[in-house]
Amino acid sequence: MDFSFVGAYWGDFTEGFKNTIYASLLALAGSFILGILLAVFRISPWKVLRILGTAYVEFFRNIPLLLVVYVFYLGLPSMGVDLDGFTSGTLGLMVYTSAFIAEAIRAGIQSVPTGQMEAARSSGLSYVQAMRFVVLPQAVRIVIPPISNQFLNLVKNSSILGVVAGFDLMYFADNVNSYSFQTIETYMIAAGFYLILTIPLAYATNVLERRLARTN
Amino acid sequence: MRKKKWLGMGVSLMLLLTVALSGCGANKSEENNSGGAAGSPAPGESGAVGKIKERGKLIVGVKYDTNLFGLKNTKTGDVEGFDVDVSKAIAKKLFGDESKLELKEVTSKTRTQMLNNGDIDLIVATMTINEDRKKQVDFSDVYFNAGQSLLVKKGSPITSIEDVTKDTKVIGQKGATSIKNIEEKVPGLRVLQYENYQEAFTALKAGKGDVLTTDNAILFGMSQQDPNYVVVGGIFTDEPYGIAAKKGNTDLVTAVNETIKELKDSGEYAALYEKWMGEKPPEA
Repeated sequence: MDFSFVGAYWGDFTEGFKNTIYASLLALAGSFILGILLAVFRISPWKVLRILGTAYVEFFRNIPLLLVVYVFYLGLPSMGVDLDGFTSGTLGLMVYTSAFIAEAIRAGIQSVPTGQMEAARSSGLSYVQAMRFVVLPQAVRIVIPPISNQFLNLVKNSSILGVVAGFDLMYFADNVNSYSFQTIETYMIAAGFYLILTIPLAYATNVLERRLARTN
Repeated sequence: MRKKKWLGMGVSLMLLLTVALSGCGANKSEENNSGGAAGSPAPGESGAVGKIKERGKLIVGVKYDTNLFGLKNTKTGDVEGFDVDVSKAIAKKLFGDESKLELKEVTSKTRTQMLNNGDIDLIVATMTINEDRKKQVDFSDVYFNAGQSLLVKKGSPITSIEDVTKDTKVIGQKGATSIKNIEEKVPGLRVLQYENYQEAFTALKAGKGDVLTTDNAILFGMSQQDPNYVVVGGIFTDEPYGIAAKKGNTDLVTAVNETIKELKDSGEYAALYEKWMGEKPPEA
């Protein structure tokens, strides 16, 4: 192990780290909102919405992320939309992850026994009220662990930006590797930076999970 | 990496030894030959050239996987390219018949060793002349002026390296020296880097950058794949390709140099260059 080369490339690592954080935060917020919306579509009483939601989810969670990002990066320019590597990578990440989040939320809501909804409705609550006060509070606790997994995957998957020149951590790690030839050391440093992001995220969701369990 | 360096040094040491030893051996056998049976070469041709003539064919190491220089045609099985045509010209010079030529596949890693082992007489395989290599082999004059150049979309305002500013979007391949070269020439420039040349070219075609930069030989190949993209501005680094012979085979190097000169004087060189690169050779 020889880390003496790191000083010369430190600026590359920190810039990549910064962009990885930006991309992750943007994609995380976007995929969460989009995921909730899609989950609502999927359990909606209206058939058209259900079909739309299902089509989206099944399409995007069953194709490789790389392909989604290539479409944004290389496919859209032929339709006159030109996005740079960072934007297309982040958008691809958002669109892809939202399908998994939608699935996690839908499963959580539907895992609340139907008797709960029926009991709430028969005691005079409207559908929306029953959802809001009876079903959702129970679903949230079930949903947190799988969503936390999706968020962790999202941070790690942000390395996809590296293949479309998105200037993220992985892009710079690849560059540093090809100049310094210190392969193992370079990628170990990159792994360290990813852990700085993912470990606190995992910890935070664990805390949230415990706190919600207590309030019950 | 460190291990590889040692390995490289070990191999080069062994090569040097082989050269030294086989050199002695060759001289002796030549002496024997000159006093030998009928059909032996004329006294004036007792060197490497004499041995090749005695064998009846010239054996040249070329690449089989390099577009425009030496590429095996999967349909016909023939190896075709600029290097192959130059090899034919040398065979023609030696034998008056370009078919007295045997091609053997070499790679950048194997070529020097194959030459020094005597498996091949010459290397004509996109080999850049440099000081390190001069210690191991004898080089001919430059037969192709390779160097870094620019590929742009037809009609682009960029016509040479002078037009590249730090805000120009330049595309390159990860880890290539060409990236360092251009970033040194244009301070503040940030090159968009991709895994390989195919991805880099795809990105250029998708409009992700204004310029793709690397060796002109590779760019010529891309330009032929898609004629909407052209090589501009000549070269701004020098990587002259030379033909290599085993150290001490000066008569062979002389014959090669004469061939190159004759090709250039007759205009055949320009024709060959245009046949493969799709444009006229730059004025020297």
